[in-house]
Amino acid sequence: MAPLLEVKDLTVRFRTEDGVVNAVDGVSYSVDAGKTLGIVGESGSGKSVSSLTVMGLTRAKNADITGQVLFQGQDLVTATESQMRVVRGGPIAMIFQDPMSSLHPMYRVGTQLVEAVRMHQKVSKSAARDRAAQMLSLVGIPDPKARMNAYPHEFSGGMRQRVMIAMGLCNDPKMLIADEPTTALDVTVQAQILELIERLQSELDTAVIMITHDLGVVAEVTDDIAVMYCGRIVERGPKADIFARPEHPYTWGLLTSIPRLDTPRDQELVPIAGRPPSLINRPAGCHFHPRCPYARPGQCDTGDVLLEPSAASPAHVVRCVIPSAERTAIWAALKAGETPQGVDPGAPPPLEKTLVLEHAEPEPETVATDAPSLEKKLTDD
Amino acid sequence: MGTYIIRRVLWTVLLLFLISSITFGIFNLLPSADPALLRAGKNPTPDAVEAIREQLGLDKSKPEQFKNYMERLVFHFDFGRSYVNNVEVKETIFDRLPNTLYLISGAAIIWFLAGIVIGTISAIKRGSILDRLMMGGALVLISAPVYWLGLVVTYLFSNDLGKFPLLPGVGAYGNADGFFDKGHALIMPWLVLASAFAAIYARLLRSNMLEVMGEDYIRTARAKGLPGRSVIRHGLRSAITPLITVLGLDVGILVGGAILTESVFSIQGIGRLSFDAISRGDLQMIQGTTLFLALAVCLASLVVDILYAFLDPRVRY
Repeated sequence: MAPLLEVKDLTVRFRTEDGVVNAVDGVSYSVDAGKTLGIVGESGSGKSVSSLTVMGLTRAKNADITGQVLFQGQDLVTATESQMRVVRGGPIAMIFQDPMSSLHPMYRVGTQLVEAVRMHQKVSKSAARDRAAQMLSLVGIPDPKARMNAYPHEFSGGMRQRVMIAMGLCNDPKMLIADEPTTALDVTVQAQILELIERLQSELDTAVIMITHDLGVVAEVTDDIAVMYCGRIVERGPKADIFARPEHPYTWGLLTSIPRLDTPRDQELVPIAGRPPSLINRPAGCHFHPRCPYARPGQCDTGDVLLEPSAASPAHVVRCVIPSAERTAIWAALKAGETPQGVDPGAPPPLEKTLVLEHAEPEPETVATDAPSLEKKLTDD
Repeated sequence: MGTYIIRRVLWTVLLLFLISSITFGIFNLLPSADPALLRAGKNPTPDAVEAIREQLGLDKSKPEQFKNYMERLVFHFDFGRSYVNNVEVKETIFDRLPNTLYLISGAAIIWFLAGIVIGTISAIKRGSILDRLMMGGALVLISAPVYWLGLVVTYLFSNDLGKFPLLPGVGAYGNADGFFDKGHALIMPWLVLASAFAAIYARLLRSNMLEVMGEDYIRTARAKGLPGRSVIRHGLRSAITPLITVLGLDVGILVGGAILTESVFSIQGIGRLSFDAISRGDLQMIQGTTLFLALAVCLASLVVDILYAFLDPRVRY
């Protein structure tokens, strides 16, 4: 059976005054009906842009989009704008990071929901209001009929995100794209929202793409994981493989920079040294090599590093020149808390290699600082 | 809301008192013609001047004059009489008010609608030739003074001395009778008065709109599958709100007198009245029109503030 969504070699470039921003570069993944894909990466890794492109929301005069986004057999890259309008908010819905700014502050919540319902269903206003109230109650908002008349600022952050989810799900989408749905929320509320998405997903059999920089989130809810760095997928595979046998040095960096409950309290976290590279002037070869403690001069910094299946499982693909057996050995050492032979993972890479300008975001988030979900279980799956 | 309005009204009263003291002070500090001489007519006898001085209360000390003025104003709502022609100031202002209101309301409708339409199109077609033409034109209109623009338009289009006699020109308003006749005569003043405001509003709306269209909730609107015009409506809803504030204050200021437009087109409004009063050193009339202007601005800003609570649900007093 063909997957619900298949992204093939998707590339998104923006022509700007400073140069061409390679936001997404040859990204491929697929999601089956009812399954969850987690896309992990730091700011500017292209994870949001790739999913906004699935929705056709990155179309602009200065954007070059190539590749294919096959949704139920329809290519959304070449679809017309009016075809996309039918898809957006209908079979594919999207919810965003900041529920405060994602709802229009001057329209009542009910109005915004009814608008979404009536955009895709030919129903009367009162039927749409009933549907909206039903959705609000489904996402756990008490007294939904009365809350329809409230404005977004009269809701708490978590409640607003519930409203966003209700809005996304009101037309029974086949796929929900959640772009960092819990980042702006308190930890306790984060857990509630994730539970809600999971529950609704199983009730409505919706596929979910969960975009996040929080590995705790993907550990909770996903089936497959794609790790993105600098516009590319560097590692992709089933969740169990990614957590038990990660093979890309960037994934190692992400995993070792997260606080865990099963490590001593005084053990220091290992952040990934350096800054994310500019998407305009990307490092040659493997884009991660300037920050990679295992980088091999002459191998990593030239040519195109391909995404290749790992030795253990064909579904688990990695973009790294280090042989699979060596990668397994390095990870085994890292997991045991030892320093792998011949390398010092804590040492910053040579200075000239980090002198790349950050373009997309002025303040790149390092994973160590934005892993708020301390309580999330990150034990080996 | 209730206490807020009461507080605002009290502030307004205090402000009006301060403004009348300042006006009184400036008038008496600056050298000006002797009001009694103005009133007395040609070649008066010193006795006659003295009699008038006494009659107007000008023989009393300055503080006493101010006190008398304020007493009449506060307790009898009496603005006094013109030093020049002895007419009642209050009556004159209310006589002239309809002309000013007619001029301003028509112009305000024109500039607000034109500003919104041009600003929205400009924002949506950002960077296009149309955008550049409209914003360049707006800059020209902002820079063009009313007295100059009024003369140019008259020279071009007025039906008495214009090259293309299309519209009633200078002085037509004074001779017109009835609502529609007067409206016809006001077309040119409306356009001249509205032009600079329309240009400012268009630029303001354009920049508001560009900012709002980058907001997350606009992305949400698009992600819902809304068509382009609905997305623009969502943006306009936010972008237009600050314009209402500016509109209220602009109208308030103009109610106190669209001096230049009224002067160029000989419209007997409040602006023309205060211009004449200043040039004749008619303190009572100056006091009256200044207070009226201040009152209009205060009321306008109060109305705007109250309106804002309805326009933006987040605003609470």
